[in-house]
Amino acid sequence: MIRFEDVTITYAEQPVLANISVEIPEGELCLVVGRTGSGKSTFLRAINGLVPHFSGGTLAGRVLVDGRDTSRFPPRELADVVGFVGQDPVAGFVADNVEDELAYSMESLGLPGDVMRKRVEETLDLLGLAQLRDRPLATLSGGQQQRVAIGAALTAHPRVLVLDEPTSALDPGAAEDVLAAVQRLVHDLGMTVVIAEHRLERVAQYADRALLLPAGEIGDVGEVLAAAPVAPPVVRLAQVAGWSPVPVSVRDARRHAASLRERLPEPATRNPAVAVPVLAARDVVVKYGDVQAVRGVSFSVGAGERVALMGRNGSGKSSLLWAVQGSGKRTSGTVSAGNTDPKSLKPAERRKTVALVPQQPSDLLYLETVAEECGQADAETGQPAGTCRKLLEGLASVPQDAHPRDLSEGQRLALVLAVMLTGTPDVLLLDEPTRGLDYPAKEALAKVLKNLGSAIVLATHDVEFVAEYATRVVVMAEGDVVADGPAREVVTSSPVFAPQVSKILGPWLTVADVEAAL
Amino acid sequence: MLRAGCGDGGVRLHPGAWWLWALGLATAASRTTNPLLLGLILAVAGLVVVTCRANTPWAGTYGVFLKFGLLVIGMRVLLHVFLGGVAGPTTLFSLPQLPLPDWAQGIRIGGPVTAEGLVFALYQGLLLATILSCVGAANALANPKRLLRSLPAALYEVSVAVVVALTVAPQLVSSVRSVRKARQLRGDTARGARAIRTMLVPVLEDALERSLVLAASMDSRGYGRTAGISRRDRVLTGTLVLAGLFGFCIGLYGLLSDAYSGWLLLAIGGVLAIAGLRVGARRVPRTRYRPDRWSARAVGVASSGVIGAVVLVFSGDPALSPSTVPLQAPELPVLPALAVFAALAPVLLVRER
Repeated sequence: MIRFEDVTITYAEQPVLANISVEIPEGELCLVVGRTGSGKSTFLRAINGLVPHFSGGTLAGRVLVDGRDTSRFPPRELADVVGFVGQDPVAGFVADNVEDELAYSMESLGLPGDVMRKRVEETLDLLGLAQLRDRPLATLSGGQQQRVAIGAALTAHPRVLVLDEPTSALDPGAAEDVLAAVQRLVHDLGMTVVIAEHRLERVAQYADRALLLPAGEIGDVGEVLAAAPVAPPVVRLAQVAGWSPVPVSVRDARRHAASLRERLPEPATRNPAVAVPVLAARDVVVKYGDVQAVRGVSFSVGAGERVALMGRNGSGKSSLLWAVQGSGKRTSGTVSAGNTDPKSLKPAERRKTVALVPQQPSDLLYLETVAEECGQADAETGQPAGTCRKLLEGLASVPQDAHPRDLSEGQRLALVLAVMLTGTPDVLLLDEPTRGLDYPAKEALAKVLKNLGSAIVLATHDVEFVAEYATRVVVMAEGDVVADGPAREVVTSSPVFAPQVSKILGPWLTVADVEAAL
Repeated sequence: MLRAGCGDGGVRLHPGAWWLWALGLATAASRTTNPLLLGLILAVAGLVVVTCRANTPWAGTYGVFLKFGLLVIGMRVLLHVFLGGVAGPTTLFSLPQLPLPDWAQGIRIGGPVTAEGLVFALYQGLLLATILSCVGAANALANPKRLLRSLPAALYEVSVAVVVALTVAPQLVSSVRSVRKARQLRGDTARGARAIRTMLVPVLEDALERSLVLAASMDSRGYGRTAGISRRDRVLTGTLVLAGLFGFCIGLYGLLSDAYSGWLLLAIGGVLAIAGLRVGARRVPRTRYRPDRWSARAVGVASSGVIGAVVLVFSGDPALSPSTVPLQAPELPVLPALAVFAALAPVLLVRER
């Protein structure tokens, strides 16, 4: 169905992909894996001709999709063969409401009205969107928006569906909905699906084969992942325990796990020392109009504690972080950090007490080079010149003369962290920092955060990251705190938030712990 | 599920019906300064909006238009107080007058404020506010984007460009807001030129990135497929439409300046434009999903608004523009008032369902 014949893609004399020869047969779900910047997105965009027709650059070799050579067919002429859903579905929406959005590509193809109507109804049912057909797109949740974007690509009845990070922005529940829908397409309609995803623990089990970039090797999912620099915990655990063939789903791994469980001792229970609270919030309420985003939440954070704030999209995590930091809205309640309310401080003083890294870290950056940003951070906080630069060097290797926009996600996050840490805050808050980070980058972030020493609160959907990093987990739902306790207890008792290792081995959370105990 | 408004639900009412209805009312409003009649138009439009609007994001914009109308009245009155205009015998109070040189004769700043002038300014402000509220009503009742979707197929590409432009504005606002919030986190409270620079860079980068993503998405979904149209046909369509619209505009201008020769140009332009759109539509290889149709109910809604316009344009009733010098209490002209009442018909059309 899809054939890459010795394809090399070059931007500005830099080859992004070199000598790739791959064939993906019809009806297969192919997972594209690789580190950030290994050319996953470029590969996906080459399938429907966006590379090179839209993005520029040069493509040597041939890409054939359903027999059509993409060098002669621009993306719009391939719309009836390839459905493409980009990383940010919201930015790609053209219409206002669900139904019109679903019909858009059929209108472009010039299909007759009755066919369009029938396909829209079918797609609404297939993806479970029937209840939402008249809703404006802006009012949908992240998972619903992603399903609409997939549906909009499906109505043209393409033979290939290309998905670029379909679950990265979603909470675990919504991600499962989306992946279940994708799986149904593969099973029931025989569609060829190509997915790139950082959160491999979510998708690996559904894939038939995996393609590793930039090497271009395609093969059995377990084998490819075992050889890849990025792999979900279940594969890493299999490598530690020496299981063969390498399982990619929790279910397969459990079959091997009995002997491993016997060899493992009980995990040491570390009773965390009672820490001196550095931040205390009482009865915090945040209201937007009639909507109560946070309903009277009280919690405190002790020195050295690393708290993970979890919950569905829209459960009030971000609102709570912003309210606690003092820059966001707080309808009522009190917050004290070091005996002062951060809201009463000036912004420049506030960030030295409680610092927040927002969901879009790039919003904080506006200068042309990394060095200038670091200099600005020193000037803002009144620290001696070079403080921020030294911090940054401790976090990651980032070229000083690069433009912040050109950095990888991990490097940019490191830069923003360094900028915020220059003010030596007592408490550091982070909103969804692991978005767009691959496994090695997440490991590096977890290590950095563990060594920081200041108290950290971090809102995230990433259960594997929480297992690596957190000492305590707070779960929110509908603006309330529904669970609060040591990471191990909260995480292992919940089917949604349990990391893969715990699903396989019970009380253990991470591969590193298991490895150390063996 | 949304609460269905007028004609939504089973059969969607053509958005053009609401816009015609509202433009009819607005035209009626533009023909009178009688505050009673203007108040009546305001009330009719408000009542229809409240009973007929669907529960959509753009339905909430009506209030914004009303507030804007209040602002316009206030501005008009303030302008009158400071700059004068209509004078009269009843002086209410006097502001100190700025002495101006001879060449600025006829202009004054400050000076006496008369009751007659104030009432005149109020009437005029009310007139503008009423027209604004009619536009706001149309906006709340029918999504302007849906109206653009009903444009002839040959103009499809233009209408998509307008729709995309319409979505960019709110996105820019939200982008500015999030960058400003983020800036606070950094403790950066710079003001003036520096602040604008530090805001502008991320906001523009964001806007550029979004439009690239949107363009890629539209391209992947078949926007602008040219399959089967020859270059000659595209040139023919473009020429016909442009020439037609040009003739149409000149004809309209001629008519407005009372030269009856305008009719001919208007007719020729109209025919050319329609021919161009027809030719174009035949060659555009795209279709429309569930197009809005002109149902009997839509025609009813549209004509109920147009009645008011027709009656007020041709009515010579002196009560339409009550005298302000000397001041007189305005009277309600019976026939125009009845015509405005006809615009309540959409409310009945709902009841009927």
